[in-house]
Amino acid sequence: MSALSPNDTEAKPVASPLAAAPAKAAALIEANGLTRRFGGLTAVDAVDLAAAEGEFVSVIGPNGAGKTTLFNLITGLDRPDAGRVLYAAEDITAMPPKALAARRMARTFQHGRVFANLSVIDNVLIGAHARLSAARPRLGALAELALAAWRPAALRREEEALRREATDILRIFGERLLPRLDHPAHSLSYANRRRVEIARALALSPRLLLLDEPTAGMNPTETREMLEIIRDLKGRGLTILLIEHKLDMVMELSDRIIVMDNGRVIAQGKPAEVRHDPQVIEAYLGRAHRSAETEATAGGKRAGAAP
Amino acid sequence: MPGALLDYTVNGLIVGNIYMLLAVGLALIFGVSHLINFAHGSVYAVGAFIGWSAIHYLSTPLPATMLLVMVGCAVIGLAIERLGLRPLQNAPRIAPLLATIGISLVLDQLLQLVFGADPRSLPSQLPNWRIHLGGGTIGALDLLIFGIGVASAALLFGFLRFTKLGWAVRATALDRDAAKQVGVNVDAVNQLVFAIASALGGLSGLLVGMYYNTIDAGMGFQATLKGVVALLIGGMGNVPGAVVGSLLLGLIESYGIALFGTTYRNLFAFALLLIFLVFRPNGLFSNNRRPPPEPLTGTFVPPTSPVALPAWALAALAVAALALPLVIRNAYALQVLTNAWLYGILAVGLTLISGTVGLISLGHAGLLAIGGYASALLALDLGLPVAASVPLAGLVAALLGTALAFPAFRLRGHYVSIATLGMGEVVALVILNWESLTRGPLGVSGIPPLEIAGQPIYSPQGQYWLALIVMLLLAALQSRLLSSHLGRTWRAIREDDVAARSYGISLNRYKALAFGFGAFLAGVAGALTAHVYSYINFETFDSTLSILALTMVILGGMGNVIGAVFAAIALIALPEIFRGAADYRMLIYGVVLLLLIRFRPQGLMGTV
Repeated sequence: MSALSPNDTEAKPVASPLAAAPAKAAALIEANGLTRRFGGLTAVDAVDLAAAEGEFVSVIGPNGAGKTTLFNLITGLDRPDAGRVLYAAEDITAMPPKALAARRMARTFQHGRVFANLSVIDNVLIGAHARLSAARPRLGALAELALAAWRPAALRREEEALRREATDILRIFGERLLPRLDHPAHSLSYANRRRVEIARALALSPRLLLLDEPTAGMNPTETREMLEIIRDLKGRGLTILLIEHKLDMVMELSDRIIVMDNGRVIAQGKPAEVRHDPQVIEAYLGRAHRSAETEATAGGKRAGAAP
Repeated sequence: MPGALLDYTVNGLIVGNIYMLLAVGLALIFGVSHLINFAHGSVYAVGAFIGWSAIHYLSTPLPATMLLVMVGCAVIGLAIERLGLRPLQNAPRIAPLLATIGISLVLDQLLQLVFGADPRSLPSQLPNWRIHLGGGTIGALDLLIFGIGVASAALLFGFLRFTKLGWAVRATALDRDAAKQVGVNVDAVNQLVFAIASALGGLSGLLVGMYYNTIDAGMGFQATLKGVVALLIGGMGNVPGAVVGSLLLGLIESYGIALFGTTYRNLFAFALLLIFLVFRPNGLFSNNRRPPPEPLTGTFVPPTSPVALPAWALAALAVAALALPLVIRNAYALQVLTNAWLYGILAVGLTLISGTVGLISLGHAGLLAIGGYASALLALDLGLPVAASVPLAGLVAALLGTALAFPAFRLRGHYVSIATLGMGEVVALVILNWESLTRGPLGVSGIPPLEIAGQPIYSPQGQYWLALIVMLLLAALQSRLLSSHLGRTWRAIREDDVAARSYGISLNRYKALAFGFGAFLAGVAGALTAHVYSYINFETFDSTLSILALTMVILGGMGNVIGAVFAAIALIALPEIFRGAADYRMLIYGVVLLLLIRFRPQGLMGTV
């Protein structure tokens, strides 16, 4: 904890000098040569990635391409074997997730990780944890305990303000979650749990938001709705990294797309460029095509050989 | 001296072989079912008593005794699998662990009811010759134990490596679902493993009884602990690792005794336990310093809706409890209820640690003991008034307890339970051995009574009110904390620590806060108990209290403050109504625990 506190004090003044920096160097998040090996498998292989402030960058690629591992490396849940990550011109490679939350980096998880026995509103409020004045790491743990028991007026006001803010965040999903503020998250539909997760990420008031398949398991209407919400977030100037399999959504939203396969970046560029990149087509269609064919023929042979 | 060294080495290897018979079984069971079988030591005790009965009543020769022990224990192993594991396959991972704790309590109590608590001597049926070797000696029994150890390790190795059934066991250990897919009967494999493990465990009990020439109904608990330590040294679920771990543990204990004396025997085991948990949670043979990515999350929280009592009902209940001594004048009844409030304090604190945050603590008796001793010694040796020594004792328990449990905070699931178990044992051992401070085995007597404003309280009414008011105040304080941001933060850690970490929650900080607060309550409960009893010793707060407290927490509903209080009343006061049931009380607790885990894991009042 003590090792962290100097970093936490540095976190705040970072925002202002960045605004004055030249556009080229203004990458809010930048990964260089990021590599992660699991035994013999290189899940992420020397990946470079950058997103400028306000930019919307999508990471696409077949299952197992290393997208989620890349997210885990950026968000501090996993450590790279090589390479580094810069965030707002600061090296964050070895930082634990809580230091990144203090720097307002928020993420959602591929399979959804809502807190099942917490109410909807509490789930969202956990997102604001890094902003609580009582939970500041510099304030000792015992002081936090005393504050939680005593609850001075300032603390109560802060909690109420956060509660209102959390309700406002949930309002972006219309009436889907507002009537369920006090329901435990385990009672929600799958799509609603994904929404709660996004609301929780927004409660951090993030500078950088990483969305890992936010529409997985959603039907077309719900996907459309989610697309509009993400578009709206983009419109507010949030820097967003998105992992998504629904390509029309990716094409519609992204400023830039990074295509991964087998842990490596095989293409990147504007949606229109990536769409026609032969390597991308091969990764997505060609190989799938081919493997489907070979499987079919193999199956055919087997079927033929059986009698 | 070389002779003595040889003697200690031989002794270490013999004891190591005995541990090996235990640890190999634990490793096999952990391998196929990811379960630490806390009933394993009880099976070992049962084995010793089956052997004693066979020799005593049937005058069986040694091979027949061994056969009877192994068959009897294998049957018990099958029963454990059937009751403790199979019905809970789809329950949270911690459920079968708690079930084996319940089974262990039941088995230990049954042994005590049948054979009594006094130790018995188990005669060795072997000739009494000893071989003299370089100044040391080796006896027939040593050779037998050694032979059985090596033979069973070799047989087990052969079985796992070369037989089809052995492959099925290994396949199940590697990937249970895949094994099921390819047609392995996983239930049958589990049964087989439990039978083998229990047969070896029982044999180990018999041999220990013969080696030390004494057995008693409580011998199982220590055996479980030793087996678990050996298992951890070798790496969980690693059968060859368990062999090495056991021999190492036996040798270290033996040399340690040679250097420091017998009373420190168990301290070496727990020092090893803590060292391994901190530095090598994956055992000697793995270089991975991180604990394994657990399929064993620590939570025991099925989605439920807790019963919410309205504030007026709670107020009415509190007033009724406060008014009770005006109606009930029976001193004994009031003492029982006072006891229930003291346990209530303990259970409320533990429900925060184990229920709200999900750290299943098996060492809470140690915190009671710290509180009891701290307050007694502060009052006696430093002359502090009781009104100051009790809260100070709570702080001492909070500080020491949190420091001792700290290595466990980065662990999850079973590892937390093992670490806290070790914590409880370390406390008991220190109390027994640090004679200049704790008066050692004599205990502390003449502890001053509770007091208010300098007035000593001797009356049952006064004690009742004081215990009740302290409990109400602490429960109210805890409820207040739970309604603040701390409450949701603690519960978030329990629900999903990865997501919690990603949102900036420092796991160590909040686990330490919860543990510290819960330990404070335990310390206060222990302190009040010490002043009510006026005499405590190292056995006043024995390890079954940890299990009793956990049973209360589960009965009340994990994390449920009101539920914990109700559960304390139910488990302490209700058995008193059935006067004749006094002997069966611990047995009843064990059965209650088992039934709860099986049929009502959310407890009476629901998980919060």
